Amino acid sequence: MKRFWGFVVKEFYHIFRDYRTLLILFGMPAVQMLLFGYVITNEIKDAQIAILDLSKDEVTRRISEKVLSSGYFILEKNLTSFDEVDQVFREGNVKLALIFEPEFAKNLDKAGKAKVQIIGDASDPNTANILVNYLQGILSNYLISLNAEKIPMQITPEVRMLYNAEMKGVYMFVPGLMAMLLMLISALMTSLSITREKELGTMELLLVSPLKPLQIIIGKVSPYVFLAFVDACIIIILGNTVFGVPIVGSVVLLLFESLLYICMALSLGILISTITSSQQIAMMVSLVALMLPTILLSGFIFPVENMPWILQWLCHIMPPKYFITIIKSIMLKGNGFEYIAFETAVLVGFTLLFILLSVKKFKVRLA
Amino acid sequence: MIPIIFVLPLVQLIILINAATFEMKSIRVSVVDLDLSPSSRRLIGKYEGSPFYKIVQTTFLYNEALNLMQKGKVDVIINIPDGFERQLVRENQGKVQFVINAINQVVAGLSSGYCTSILIDFNRELLQDWLNPSQLAGLKNIQTDYSYWYNPKLNYKTYMVPGILVLLVTIISLILSGMNIVREKEIGTIEQINVTPIRKIQFIVGKLTPFWIISLFELAFGLTLGKLLFDIPLVGNLWLIFLSAGVYLFVILSFGLLVSTITNTQQQAMLVSFFFMVIFILMSGLFTSIESMPGWAQEIDRLNPLMYFIKIMRMVLLKGSTFTDISKHFYSLVFYAIVMTSLAIWRYRKVA
Repeated sequence: MKRFWGFVVKEFYHIFRDYRTLLILFGMPAVQMLLFGYVITNEIKDAQIAILDLSKDEVTRRISEKVLSSGYFILEKNLTSFDEVDQVFREGNVKLALIFEPEFAKNLDKAGKAKVQIIGDASDPNTANILVNYLQGILSNYLISLNAEKIPMQITPEVRMLYNAEMKGVYMFVPGLMAMLLMLISALMTSLSITREKELGTMELLLVSPLKPLQIIIGKVSPYVFLAFVDACIIIILGNTVFGVPIVGSVVLLLFESLLYICMALSLGILISTITSSQQIAMMVSLVALMLPTILLSGFIFPVENMPWILQWLCHIMPPKYFITIIKSIMLKGNGFEYIAFETAVLVGFTLLFILLSVKKFKVRLA
Repeated sequence: MIPIIFVLPLVQLIILINAATFEMKSIRVSVVDLDLSPSSRRLIGKYEGSPFYKIVQTTFLYNEALNLMQKGKVDVIINIPDGFERQLVRENQGKVQFVINAINQVVAGLSSGYCTSILIDFNRELLQDWLNPSQLAGLKNIQTDYSYWYNPKLNYKTYMVPGILVLLVTIISLILSGMNIVREKEIGTIEQINVTPIRKIQFIVGKLTPFWIISLFELAFGLTLGKLLFDIPLVGNLWLIFLSAGVYLFVILSFGLLVSTITNTQQQAMLVSFFFMVIFILMSGLFTSIESMPGWAQEIDRLNPLMYFIKIMRMVLLKGSTFTDISKHFYSLVFYAIVMTSLAIWRYRKVA
């Protein structure tokens, strides 16, 4: 037992003497929280638009004012002819063109109908769609105020946003960030650690020592459990204190599930290390085959329900997806264990699967 | 190694392009109708008829609907109060409540928009039924014609393919160059190189060149795949793309080599590269728009090579911008490349 303990302590020393790695491992959650919280946002504001006013009367000017004071749009350029639209889009700054037909006010008054043309730069289709919708919303509000006395009936929608009343983007990001970082530290670092020993040749020394292979693996893995757990706590605390992400459910359950996920990622890391012998390959596999799917296929940014059927099926075999569901469930909805029992069982299943596979593939001899 | 460099990213490209979309497939709805009047049924019928919605549950109890939402089986609850039709007829007013799962706030915003627009449509239908023609004629209307240029079907894949391609090429390049010199340090062969008469600049540029060529091939391969599988537009001049790509790769590879010279183990090199890579990717305008970032962040973003290249890619591929249009970004990249490569050369010392 003393041998094992000595080994574990050595591994801890390895990590804590490596300042650069530690800095990044603890700095990364902080920096990413900062990015997600303050810098990255899916909300659109201050979009640059161009206005082609072929009428230049009071009504069009009033509408333009309303549009520009909404906070969503900024006037980049006033156009003088339709041909300029393509040019101004090509230059890359303008996202939308608003065109008023000639004699706008007269048409509105006499014929009761006037035309407006909206052209969106759909090289960014999402933004274009949202901007066009915003603009139409502003126009329809103006219309309602014009017709106010004459419309006898108005159904008003009352929209209530549940779990995230202020529609903050951070609520999506904290769970995803946890899934990604814990996977990074546990799977990636562990696999690198073991393959490094193989590459440098010191694995043989370990194997001929009185330490059992199981003890070697557990010893190598334990510092990362600790680090990953600390990182998880950092993210949760930062999210709560700086960004106000609530922890509606039980904290103990949250920490327990995080620990389970860490174990799952660790066993995955061990599995990767048994099949590769070079650090570069281990890292490529972990990064490109794990990281990118974790970010894109787990429901982190893009919702799973919107993907084509084949991909949804693929998502279902991604462990991070279940973890993200669990975190959102506990932190934002305040659910108890009954609601996440299924996902927890899935994670346990994955862990056991990876451990089983690793045990089978681990060779005591190196050749 | 070669298969991993080529196959893995391109498989990823295919998978991820299909995954990365905000297009709504179907919003799962639970309807709580306490009115059960012809009007409320007509309103529900409008949602039923829309391909965007799927009515998963109809109930009288709000709590049942809420329970489904807690379980994640329902995205929106439509709450029609008792006396809805009566209020419409007597007081010319009505209220409908939408309770939306706002955890993914982008989806929530889009759902809210769709729900309210169907409601407005319903309102207009009722008006046409209940008002007489002269009253109707008095109402003013602004007719909006909207159209989308360069991507009329709002194909999100067209938008994402260039971006994700750049992403993958960047990741591969950064990792390969980052691990490169450190690997030699770790294994010990760096000393053997240090005692040869090769100059620093020859060494660094020599290390850059193979990866540069491989990455350019990868970009070409990816673009071909994009054209074949996703039919992305290739409107602009492809030589412009490869010219910019060449310069861009110099920046990225030099950055990787720079990281390689300041770290001691491959693990460190990878972590540092990954750290910067994530920051670059997130701030590059690939997934979220740059204009939405606060002013100070946009200033910092000027140091982000990915940002320039993605802009160039999108402008040339999708809109056919010419060299003058992208010249500002191009020259920034050239300047950046010179600075980065010089830093990498300067930092590399031939002594241990």
